[in-house]
Amino acid sequence: MIDPASGVDAVRDVLIDGGEISIIEKNIQAESAKVIDAKGKWVTPGLLDIHVHLREPGYEYKETIETGTHSAAAGGFTSVACMANTSPVNDCASVTDYIKGVAKSKGMVNVFPIGAVTHGLKGESLADIAEMAEAGVVALSDDGHCVMNPSTLRAALEYAGMFGLPVIEHAEDTHLKQNGVMNEGLVSTELGLAGNPRIAEETIIARDVLLAEYTGQHIHFAHVSTAGSVEIIRQAKAHGVKVTAEAAPHHFTLTDEAVRKYDTNAKMAPPLREKGDVDAIKQGLADGAIDCIASDHAPHGIAEKEVEFDNALFGIVGLETALPLSLNLVREGVLTPMRLIETMSLNPARVIGVKRGTLEPGAVADVTIIDPDAEWTVEPSRFKSKGRNTPFAGWKMKGRAVVTIVKGKVVYEFEG
Amino acid sequence: MTDKSLSRRRLVSMSDVSVEDVQKIMTATSAMKEVSERDIKKIPVLRGKTVINLFMEPSTRTRTSFEIAGKRLSADVVNISASGSSVSKGESLKDMVNNLTAMKPDLIVLRSPFSGAPYIVSKWIACPVVNAGDGRHEHPSQSLLDLFTILEAKKSFDKLNISIIGDILNSRVARSNMLIMRKLGINITVCGPATLLPKYIENMADRVTTSLKEAVTGADVVMMLRIQSERLNEKKFPNLREYSKLYCLTSDTLKHAAKGVIVMHPGPINRGVEISPEVADGPWSVILDQVTNGVAVRMAILYLLLGGGLQETN
Repeated sequence: MIDPASGVDAVRDVLIDGGEISIIEKNIQAESAKVIDAKGKWVTPGLLDIHVHLREPGYEYKETIETGTHSAAAGGFTSVACMANTSPVNDCASVTDYIKGVAKSKGMVNVFPIGAVTHGLKGESLADIAEMAEAGVVALSDDGHCVMNPSTLRAALEYAGMFGLPVIEHAEDTHLKQNGVMNEGLVSTELGLAGNPRIAEETIIARDVLLAEYTGQHIHFAHVSTAGSVEIIRQAKAHGVKVTAEAAPHHFTLTDEAVRKYDTNAKMAPPLREKGDVDAIKQGLADGAIDCIASDHAPHGIAEKEVEFDNALFGIVGLETALPLSLNLVREGVLTPMRLIETMSLNPARVIGVKRGTLEPGAVADVTIIDPDAEWTVEPSRFKSKGRNTPFAGWKMKGRAVVTIVKGKVVYEFEG
Repeated sequence: MTDKSLSRRRLVSMSDVSVEDVQKIMTATSAMKEVSERDIKKIPVLRGKTVINLFMEPSTRTRTSFEIAGKRLSADVVNISASGSSVSKGESLKDMVNNLTAMKPDLIVLRSPFSGAPYIVSKWIACPVVNAGDGRHEHPSQSLLDLFTILEAKKSFDKLNISIIGDILNSRVARSNMLIMRKLGINITVCGPATLLPKYIENMADRVTTSLKEAVTGADVVMMLRIQSERLNEKKFPNLREYSKLYCLTSDTLKHAAKGVIVMHPGPINRGVEISPEVADGPWSVILDQVTNGVAVRMAILYLLLGGGLQETN
């Protein structure tokens, strides 16, 4: 059992009763209990992915709450936080209620909706923040878009702060990005593709850190992709600013070299960067500059990716590959198992302020059982997600979730 | 690898082209140029072959050049113009290509406004694909006709100083030329305003400068690129007057070049903007030779990909 909250990394029995963790001890005798033998595996708090696009309502051809949560369960996640760029946008309580309703009847894992910062994600007027807070959003984000107007972001930070909601920023200055489709670097120069420079992200992160400091509010940075960003965040934290940050597995696994053959499954925003950035993100996860790993799961229709690179939509799926790619960091010696699990359970739970990510008597029985040695190959056709857009097709992976338990019920078991 | 074919079955990037391939193409081009001088400008080598010119970006010159090239080889040439993104027109690119495949073409010549388009088209069609210009990425047939024109004038590539001047950032001609010329032992200088020089360009060229005079000094070949008015909207430089003041090639500037310098341009030229009229019409200019050689080079490419006996995949 690995539980970051208590710091326990030891062999334990865990008894679940009535959807709650009941007892944790070295040896439990429970006659009528169903036993799951997790010998040689890791029993961890249920993992949370706080950056997922479930696409419902409006884009059900890409993904639904049902298929997206099934994908989450297959990836070992017991909770997801879903972004607001649906259609209609989740910028009011009625859409929040809709999402929660579908999640309740068809969701396989816990779904925590994230509400928009601005109406329609247009970056102009604030969304119905108080009503969405009441309806149960856990954070605000215009993800997909950056809040370009700093006064709008300032107002959002101050207003959302009244409800304890963090603002999650997709840091990407649209003027500097222009029509960039990949990292601005040697590869983009050679391929003749418009570049999206690091400074598009870093200038916004620097700006937002100052705004968070000035307002005293909590800002969380989505999908950090550059070394410069990691450093700004590290310094902001040292200064006592309420900053948290997440990184996506593709940003610590791939570089812009993956775009060489114009593979549209290597196109996402922010883009894949260079080796120095990959190393900085790993370092940031290790030393705490970056708090969580979040997949930015962004499914698209097949036809939307089977076009020229410039015309392909941004985004890749990630729920079913996040954990094995993150386990690589343990194998590389970048993270300890405890730290890895912390970035995928306790920390994301803290960012969105939900009572999850711990294994202790009385806690909700969301549990993930991980086999760190399971060998398997990524086959997009077998994804539970509707999306097939992954750059990891055919990759041989080591490690994955083998059992996913939500509120005491087994919702997913790996069949091999 | 047979004597008569290229080492790859497609011509998408100059990275597909080896130094040996360049020799083969130069030799074949000479032969084809002779055909174009005859009274009956036709040889039967590609008789019965279907060549489709799929032009998804407007182009009269390159398309005409490829069309004439195909017809002089007796191929059946079909021109298809599909402007802009096929997706926005309702038919997906994949469906368009699948439909073409069903008509069993022997070769596709593709021009697209999008970098990398030939690679994606190659995934869906088995016949050879010739890149007639993809976005900002490459323009291999232009590069090869540039090489042939240079060879005609200079007899050898060895240790030549070539300067490419203009909007390097957006130039597929510059990219193709940089890729192949370094393999041939040519010294390449690129020059343009700082805002039109891509990041890390120093990895693709031997020298980078923002000074026209510096670029032209000692150059054996000066290649001017057309500045597009679209760039004005992108706020990369104030106006054409300033651009011209800094980067227009005049006979005065050419005084600093090496003896016997030739002036090239992929066309169409903007008289008075990047090239002054006296240079465009002057004794240094080989611009019209480039056009003549263009047909011959394209005949050579089509012949080597299709007519040269056994084709081999690499």
